[in-house]
Amino acid sequence: MAKKTPLYEVHKKLNAKLVEFTGYELPVQYTSIIDEHKAVRESVGIFDVSHMGEITVTGEGALNTLNYIMTNDFTDMPDGKVRYSLMCNENGGVIDDVLVYKMNDLCFLVVVNAANVDKDYKHIQNNKLENTTITNVSDFFAQIALQGKDAEKVMSKLVNLDEISKGYYTFTKDVDIQGKKVLISRTGYTGESGFEIYTNIDDAEFIYNLIIENGEIVPCGLGARDTLRLEAGMPLYGHEFDEEIKANEVCLNFAIKYNKDFIGKKALEENKAEFKRIGIELIDRGIAREGCELFDVKGNKIGYVTSGTMNPSNGKSIAMARVNISFNDDKLKVKVRKKELNAKVVKIPFIQK
Amino acid sequence: MELKDLKFTKTHEWLLIDGDTAKIGITDYAQHQMGDIVYVDLPEVDDEVEIDESICEVESVKAVSEILSPVDGTIVSINEDLEDAPEKINSNPYDAWIVEVKVENLSDDIMSYEEYEALDKE
Repeated sequence: MAKKTPLYEVHKKLNAKLVEFTGYELPVQYTSIIDEHKAVRESVGIFDVSHMGEITVTGEGALNTLNYIMTNDFTDMPDGKVRYSLMCNENGGVIDDVLVYKMNDLCFLVVVNAANVDKDYKHIQNNKLENTTITNVSDFFAQIALQGKDAEKVMSKLVNLDEISKGYYTFTKDVDIQGKKVLISRTGYTGESGFEIYTNIDDAEFIYNLIIENGEIVPCGLGARDTLRLEAGMPLYGHEFDEEIKANEVCLNFAIKYNKDFIGKKALEENKAEFKRIGIELIDRGIAREGCELFDVKGNKIGYVTSGTMNPSNGKSIAMARVNISFNDDKLKVKVRKKELNAKVVKIPFIQK
Repeated sequence: MELKDLKFTKTHEWLLIDGDTAKIGITDYAQHQMGDIVYVDLPEVDDEVEIDESICEVESVKAVSEILSPVDGTIVSINEDLEDAPEKINSNPYDAWIVEVKVENLSDDIMSYEEYEALDKE
């Protein structure tokens, strides 16, 4: 029996098409994935992302624990900053990708993928260093994402913008919205500017309804969330990486800092990357989907598609792929069912800005 | 053309039978389930089709669905409009036929509009 997020009644009222996802009943779309995707690119959309997990890491040992368990370095991080990181196993494989929010030197919030909450909590709990407390607070938080160039205009109707942080990957806690306390972060999974708003579960419906009173805001589901993040070139656990895929093979090296010890560091240093992540676009008609095999123009297999779709912004078939690190051509072939379709390598992100 | 003139399958295809040929498409229920249709992988004229075998694939943003043939026969015509405007299947599912087939045999399982509407659509 799937769980319901605090916004379930809202989704029902909006006639969302609901699916079970990571143990929750969530909207895959309200109207159309294409329209919802375009709304975020052209104005503003709102998402229920309450299924995401939240884990606190607190105590004198919190910084050391995070530096040991995560690939990124959190030393010298100002309060109110957010940092992206990978979390590896001993073999350098990726257990999850996370966002780390620094409240203060003794308190960090780690936001993790919905599919991995229990696994991530166990891993952090089992590997924490001394003087650190780990708590899974996922059931206490709801999360609403407001994404698109008009997101700030909408937010300005709810809060004084001077009272919240301005920079990308920063956040402000204890923001008052009509007596409710929320955390507002300048983050998102769409490639647009916008906000992710963390609320108590009891306040979620109130905050959501308050937001949508303030403009032509399009409710967006998981379908658009996936096409948006793919168009923005953002990876997804279970597609671009998983526990079998090494962290140094996914073109996220900015999040791996070798100047400190961390779980998986030795494996990554000893095993050079053999694969890399690229973006491709089909030239022939068709859609490249996850799992489709890729070949160079001579017919040698070079890799496979990790995520693929028809891009609602421009109607092109785009995909992210895992290919041999030595592949440097600009043309390739994609095997879609029985056909071999011509494709070209394109820069990630796919968004034309 | 009215819905009661069509025949239906439990896999949500419709047929408009005209003498020894039939036009085949997917129902409103099917297009709604699929969401935005973004690509139709049309077969070729003269391809043979068999009852319960795939005629072709229709892709939505999220998934690929097979259109199962309700007839044994040969494809005589394909709806090329769907190459550039696959979304016509969403907006006019009973107008946007996908293939026209010369029918050798009809499936025993095709049903009337009333029988199709009475199905418990899960």
